[in-house]
Amino acid sequence: MDFSFTEEQTLLRNTVQSLLSDKYDFDTRRKVAKSADGWRPEIWAQFAELGLLAAPFSEEMGGLGGGAIETMIVMEEFGRHLVIEPYVETVVIAGGFLREGGSAAQQEAHIPGIIGGETVWAFAYAEPQGRYNLADLTTTAKKDGSGYVINGYKAVVLGAPWAQKLIVTARTSGGQRDRDGVSVFIVDKSAAGVSTRDYPTVDGRRASEITFENVKVDADALIGAEGKGLPLVEKITDQAIAALSAEAIGCMKELNTATVEYCKTRKQFGVPIGKFQVLQHRMVDMFMAYEQSVSMTYMVNLKLEENDAERTKAAAGAKVQIGKAGRFVGQQAVQLHGGMGMTDELNVGHYFKRLTMIDTQFGNVDYQLKRYSEAA
Amino acid sequence: MDMRFSPDELAFRDEVREFIANNYPQELRGARRGEMSKEDILKWHRILYKKGWVVPHWPVEYGGTGWTITQRYIWNEENARAETTPLLPFGLSMVGPVIYTFGNEEQKKRFLPGILSGDDWWCQGYSEPGSGSDLASLRTKAVREGDHYIVNGSKTWTTLAQHADWMFCLVRTDPEAKQQEGISFLLIDMKTPGITVRPIITMDGSHEVNEVFLEDVKVPAENLIGEENKGWTYAKFLLGNERSGIAGVARSKKAIERLKKLATAELVDGTPLMKTDEFSRKVAEVEIDLSALEVTELRTLAAESKGRGPGPEASILKIKGTEIQQRITELAVEAVGNYALVQAPRLEVTGNEFVPGPEGSQGVAQDYFNMRKTSIYGGSNEIQHNIIAKMVLGL
Repeated sequence: MDFSFTEEQTLLRNTVQSLLSDKYDFDTRRKVAKSADGWRPEIWAQFAELGLLAAPFSEEMGGLGGGAIETMIVMEEFGRHLVIEPYVETVVIAGGFLREGGSAAQQEAHIPGIIGGETVWAFAYAEPQGRYNLADLTTTAKKDGSGYVINGYKAVVLGAPWAQKLIVTARTSGGQRDRDGVSVFIVDKSAAGVSTRDYPTVDGRRASEITFENVKVDADALIGAEGKGLPLVEKITDQAIAALSAEAIGCMKELNTATVEYCKTRKQFGVPIGKFQVLQHRMVDMFMAYEQSVSMTYMVNLKLEENDAERTKAAAGAKVQIGKAGRFVGQQAVQLHGGMGMTDELNVGHYFKRLTMIDTQFGNVDYQLKRYSEAA
Repeated sequence: MDMRFSPDELAFRDEVREFIANNYPQELRGARRGEMSKEDILKWHRILYKKGWVVPHWPVEYGGTGWTITQRYIWNEENARAETTPLLPFGLSMVGPVIYTFGNEEQKKRFLPGILSGDDWWCQGYSEPGSGSDLASLRTKAVREGDHYIVNGSKTWTTLAQHADWMFCLVRTDPEAKQQEGISFLLIDMKTPGITVRPIITMDGSHEVNEVFLEDVKVPAENLIGEENKGWTYAKFLLGNERSGIAGVARSKKAIERLKKLATAELVDGTPLMKTDEFSRKVAEVEIDLSALEVTELRTLAAESKGRGPGPEASILKIKGTEIQQRITELAVEAVGNYALVQAPRLEVTGNEFVPGPEGSQGVAQDYFNMRKTSIYGGSNEIQHNIIAKMVLGL
């Protein structure tokens, strides 16, 4: 039993911390989120330079040979600085599909571009009618010679405005919600028939609605076996959940620190408001919610390689914990900051917004509770 | 004991319902105040002014309708039901009653007509950067010089000050006296030199509140309400009015209706979310909370019509009312699933006005973020708990 980090892991954390405290202050982040591009390619290049984009890939693939814990460390620090850039979408998700399901040729073709920072990816999986069910797909891919033709619509594809490549789930056979018949494809965003409409998200990022109209892809665009993609999709989204959990604990940590600090200095009725017991207990509850979230984040990141049922329980459990804790910590951090907590100028509201959206991504508390109880 | 309306009251309800249906501007239906122009915000106000129904809660001699408390309740309920633009409270419910209760004849003549017609837009100069929950610690200072006060200081969270013609302002006139005893109530023309209004953008991206800076602002002494250093009495009177109506029962009923629509359109494995156990129970729960609050409010009204209250019990309405409003917006975010992420344009016109998602889903997360203010403003919910603990339970 050991919950300590290795020297290399601590070094990684220090590297990320020093880059972000240098280049990712809150005012800069606010400006970037409102800029036309909405992100900073030059920061992405620095992530590449520092090896952050290489962290979870094996040395044979040109990576640093890290695993879930390394991703967790990066994401926790990203959470503390509300990093906008599409690390989860590109490194965790697209990287995950290629690593876990890609052929040698696909890995060779695409992983160097991720590691080098040249290619940004997005994950087009959700559909308007599907809510959180990964198998509920009306997007189809039909055999066409040796390749496929894709038709359909994908909703709220995060990071897509910045991406060149998409991972797309589509149905190659079976009924709309069948577990069988789900396939995973690599699609160029610039391919004929792909059209996107971009918009900002409430947490300061960007997303697209994407229409696929007779989009032709070659046979080598298929990741894994045709029609057998759902278990891989579930595994990779659980890895994304593990990464988002780490991001969430980074957000909560900052909120709790800021709230305690504020309550120590803000005086009303002649005393710091932190002297009022009702607020003290509230902050203790926030602290406990954070600690419980850290525990679940460690657990899910340590269990990502277990069998499907164990992994599902760990991921669903972590998502429920951070969903509930994120809501409580976010709401109370705003409440205890009073009017200041409501402003766009202070970072508190921005952490709260991000935590709210983390709950929404890949299934909220209700969805994951159900998933947990079905797996248990 | 009888909770039903009398036949007369029902007839009254039909009358006002019909009036609203025939007179509420078609083009304003469904508009949000945050996105409306100054003139649009005032449209309904001006229509009601013409009809003579703009201040049902005022004494008849000053423009009131003479309605009973129950009729006024019905009137509010019908407005919420039709989703009319809420009338701004700053003139009609806050400073107006202060002026006719504590102001002199001159002041009544000068200020009440503009409040009634909507020609004067008022804002509230209460909170300061250092004085929120502890309002009586305010430091904006007014020094008497001949016929004028010279005012220096700053106010914050001033709602819609960007449109305001006048501000009613709490100022410290006696720095030596005990906190509550050195405060005065001044009416300040927003065009006076030395006043700067700076917008505060809230996290949902809207501009409702402002900071107001006052630097050597010359205010004629005749704009003082009542007596110098007695302002706290008037301020408290005003805050009591601020709390009544804060329960927002009828508007929450409407919000639940919208929530149900959203949750019916959203599908879970082909079934409407509203038909799932988890979600329908949560909606039922908030609906039951709201029913309880509705009856609690009616009980308060009944007591009031017998001349009791609204006492500290009004704090229950504030706490429960805002918790329910917040819960409904929280559930709306849950209801729309992935589309909750979409940012609806508020202030900035980016040229990109594309807002995807099913009907009614636009801006639900922003509404949720915005509604967090309700447990902070008007005396935070923690302060309301203190009031009940002290004034009701005697702790």
